[in-house]
Amino acid sequence: MAGFFSSSSMGELRTAKGDLHLDRVTKRFGDFVAVDDLSLTVPRGSFFALLGPSGCGKTTNLRMIAGLEQPTSGRVMIGDVDLTGSRPYQRPVNTVFQSYALFPHLTVRENVAFGPKRRGESGAMAKADEALALVQMSHLAGRKPPQMSGGQQQRVAVARALVNRPEVLLLDEPLGALDLKLRREMQVELKRIQTSVGLTFIHVTHDQEEAMTMADTVAVMNHGRIEQQGAPAELYDLPRTRFVARFLGQANLFDAPIVGTDGDYLIVENAGQRFGVKKSRSTVTSGTVSYGVRPEKLRLDETEPTDLRPNECLVGPGRVTDVSFTGVSTQYIVEVPGFPPASVFEQNLDVDPIVTHVGDEVWLRWNASHAFAVAPEEQK
Amino acid sequence: MTALASATQHATGSHPAADQPDEARAVGARKITPYLLLIPGLAWLVLFFIVPMVQLAVVSLESKFPGYPGYYYLDLAVWNYRDALSEFWPHIIRSFVFAGVATILAFIIGYPLAYAMAFKAGKWRNVMMILVIAPFFTSFILRTIAWRQILADEGPVASTLNALHLLPGGHITETWVAVVAGLTYNFLPFMTLPIYSSLERIDPKIIEAGGDLYANGFTTFHKVTLPMSMPGVLAGTLMTFIPASGDYVNAELLGSDISTKMVGNAIESQFFRVPGGYPTAAALSFTLMAIILVMLFAYTRKFGTENLL
Repeated sequence: MAGFFSSSSMGELRTAKGDLHLDRVTKRFGDFVAVDDLSLTVPRGSFFALLGPSGCGKTTNLRMIAGLEQPTSGRVMIGDVDLTGSRPYQRPVNTVFQSYALFPHLTVRENVAFGPKRRGESGAMAKADEALALVQMSHLAGRKPPQMSGGQQQRVAVARALVNRPEVLLLDEPLGALDLKLRREMQVELKRIQTSVGLTFIHVTHDQEEAMTMADTVAVMNHGRIEQQGAPAELYDLPRTRFVARFLGQANLFDAPIVGTDGDYLIVENAGQRFGVKKSRSTVTSGTVSYGVRPEKLRLDETEPTDLRPNECLVGPGRVTDVSFTGVSTQYIVEVPGFPPASVFEQNLDVDPIVTHVGDEVWLRWNASHAFAVAPEEQK
Repeated sequence: MTALASATQHATGSHPAADQPDEARAVGARKITPYLLLIPGLAWLVLFFIVPMVQLAVVSLESKFPGYPGYYYLDLAVWNYRDALSEFWPHIIRSFVFAGVATILAFIIGYPLAYAMAFKAGKWRNVMMILVIAPFFTSFILRTIAWRQILADEGPVASTLNALHLLPGGHITETWVAVVAGLTYNFLPFMTLPIYSSLERIDPKIIEAGGDLYANGFTTFHKVTLPMSMPGVLAGTLMTFIPASGDYVNAELLGSDISTKMVGNAIESQFFRVPGGYPTAAALSFTLMAIILVMLFAYTRKFGTENLL
């Protein structure tokens, strides 16, 4: 294929197969470092999410993979083919743009057939129809994009990228403009498509729930670096930085000094009370740590519990300052002197769920094995 | 109208128990308002467009009153058209050829200029915009006279070309080249600005998408950018071609006495200089208008009116 096209005016389309590697990639815009010495491997066929707040460099990263930006230093590789410096149209990579960027003067079918036609493939229209069927848009093939809703345009944008069977498909916050219900549907849909075509998907998003729902692997980015990367459950259960703990779900965190050890546990002390955290679940072994527990791991007691198990930690009494009913669960905000306000999720398993009210005195307990500890300040 | 009707319906629907006469009056007023707003414009059009148009049509069918120069009578003299065309058909053809060449040249110069302004100018965009518009700050006539100086035999262009023996005939002024150059120059902003405005509206991500989908720079331009800027191209070519074909200033100031005259010059001389030339001038004006309307119709049929709006 590449040999055939290298003689045409199109320029050489690189064929490359395998995992995507970013090798010590840095991108500067003037004085601003958007991506800072980042290395990353995305296994072939996986659904990978780059998660981070706006300005963290995740979109710049994506654009460097697409070839829309060139790195200041470092290499972009697929398998063992170095793509650094090549033009977007030479890369076996396609992008689903945030604004969809469909061609408004072409019909949906022509939009989808655009890539195959440029590559001089035979049966471009038939391939387009096949891709449109995959995203369930066949019935609108004759329409033009401006006549369609955001959700429909989104599906067409996915089809237009998919039809090329790229080695890597990039999704730049593709669901950002959709309403919540449609977004949920498309999350499931994209996951289904990815599973059925088996291509590598790299999905950029600032929505942690979206990243966790869809991706096999999530990389959390901040200030142009990857803070932590792993399976969604793993990241949630054991964040290794304060930023990840706070960005991925909610976390109750307080800073406390390590005062000793007890078997597998480190002991920290705050407001005269001692708490344990497994050594394996702490990134710090001395000095001060940020001690964290997820809100759903906390239990509320209206009276001081007497049945504390050996591993359980207890604080209290504190006061409930807010109760919000969210359907499946209820969220309580509890203020205990000497601690930051704590968030507690209680499952609404009983018929009459809310028995605790604002102003009630409560105790909080949790299993020490669920706690984690990270370095207190974000390391710059 | 539909929006108006539904707004009215909504207003009545949302207050079923409201005071009926008041409601009706409010609705009535709301229905009239758009028409009231149209009155000044309509009055202007009727007074200065429809009435003169009818008058012109009447004049084009009048005959000279024998023995009383300057007096005419209406006798449905359709042969005025035949006479005008048989005498001035070369002017009409010249008008459209000159205007056509000027339009093509203005497109060749204006499109890259508009493209540079829209995508490449960066912080210079406003400066370029001002440079494109700046000629409007001075009179059209003065600028055309300035071109006469530039293209004159002793001027920099003609003397350089003459020194290099590249100018057959030795002149630029008094030739069709000068007239077309003047037309191109004078109508360039009318070509550039509509193209610029349609290019500037294109989301840069759409152009990136072309590159992402295996189209190189040239193919992306050919398949994406150019088709998307067609509304501007269509508007620009019409805004150049139509006034250029009716122009007489450039041919008057830059052209020669006979061989470069356009239909505008013929109308002007019939109207102001030839005794009893009113019907001929009117007939020529109507002929010009009719030909332009036919061409406009064919052009928009080919390229689509929805692109124009």
